[in-house]
Amino acid sequence: MNTITEVFPVLLKGMNITIIVLVLSAALGYLFAFIAGLCRLSNNVFLRKFTGVYVEVFRGTSLIVQLFWFYYAIPMLFNINLGNDLLAGVLAIALNYGAYMSEVVRGSILSVANGQTEAATALNMNRFQKMRLVILPQAIKMMLPEFGNYLIQMLKATSLVSLIGMTDILYHGNLLRSSELSMAPTIYFLVLVFYFILALPLIFLTRKMESISKKGVASQ
Amino acid sequence: MNWKWDLFFDAFPLILEGLSITVALTIACYLFALIFGFAWTFLRRIPIKIVHWTVTWVMEFIRSTPPLVQLFFIYYAWPMIPGIGVSLPAFLSAVLGIGLHYSTYIGEVYRSGIESVNKGQWEASKALNFSTIQKWRKIILPQAVPPTIPMLGNYLIIMFKEVPLAATIGVTGMLHIANEFGAQHFRYLESLTIVAILFLVLSYPSAIMIRKLEQKINRRFDKDEALQESKGAVV
Repeated sequence: MNTITEVFPVLLKGMNITIIVLVLSAALGYLFAFIAGLCRLSNNVFLRKFTGVYVEVFRGTSLIVQLFWFYYAIPMLFNINLGNDLLAGVLAIALNYGAYMSEVVRGSILSVANGQTEAATALNMNRFQKMRLVILPQAIKMMLPEFGNYLIQMLKATSLVSLIGMTDILYHGNLLRSSELSMAPTIYFLVLVFYFILALPLIFLTRKMESISKKGVASQ
Repeated sequence: MNWKWDLFFDAFPLILEGLSITVALTIACYLFALIFGFAWTFLRRIPIKIVHWTVTWVMEFIRSTPPLVQLFFIYYAWPMIPGIGVSLPAFLSAVLGIGLHYSTYIGEVYRSGIESVNKGQWEASKALNFSTIQKWRKIILPQAVPPTIPMLGNYLIIMFKEVPLAATIGVTGMLHIANEFGAQHFRYLESLTIVAILFLVLSYPSAIMIRKLEQKINRRFDKDEALQESKGAVV
């Protein structure tokens, strides 16, 4: 029990970084997902192909490689400094999950029943109105459970930022282990518990969203 | 732009050597996950409430905590646990860590396959007085397995992209070699780019193959359903 009371406050110090990274990368990730998802449905060939390449490149390589690439390679390639590790970490996670979630956005929009678009056309709505008033409200409901799942995935992915030196939960755990090798079981078990406690509300949120998503949607 | 081709060509053969380790690790993790997934599915089907509840939450715990931490737990913490602690080599730790994490996902895939079999099929096998083995072998599995094949294929690709995590505990796959090369030359740009390209070159065509397979399987199933409907069968 003694070791737990020793480890707990140390890990707690990393909590705020984990939450900051999660919130920022989730916000940016959803933004990228909507932009990329809508661009892939656009009539403009160039826009469609360009976002297609973005999505396939980020889905085709692994997140840890992208993270290292953003952190070590980009500053070297363009001789610029991204400023800090926070930007590199958040950008890598957001771009990666944005690419995955753009497929959710695209799929949900496509699966809104054809009759809805036709009805909107019959009501003399323009393209923008159709999307905003008829398609998106239904499509977003369908996206919710998947978005919830990806939020949990993003929480897990935030643990990677400890590898580029950000002081999150895992970083503090690793630091403590390197000075107290025999405490490793307690440390890593508590780190896992910390992540699980952070994930619990997201798990319940996802379940709630699953029940919401089934109401008031005309899907094919 | 600050790109050095000579470093690129120096690093390429070295990193290519790491590819075999990465692929071997992927296959080992995948097989582990496929087998352990069965265990999860089986345990969850035990009709005792407390067992079902425990298994469900253990799965949820493994699934919603980072595989990186699980990897560290198995590699650094397990040897320190008094009594059951065993020190494992890095490769084996990675197989256990990543394999266990994804076995919970694979277990869900199996479950969804079994649940997709129509209730009438279970009743029919009972009505025909099939034994448990006959029921699973002749009725349930032949229908439960095909829809899961594309999903299982997807997980192979996902795991391939998750395997570089093992570089953090020193498995000499592509990413580890690239990091070492970068540290030697004080330049990570070329070596990390090679790793990214190799991942893309391998995973993108496989993803396309899985998509084709999925369409093929879906088409077959749709046709079957259409056929049954046209015959007026009650599905």
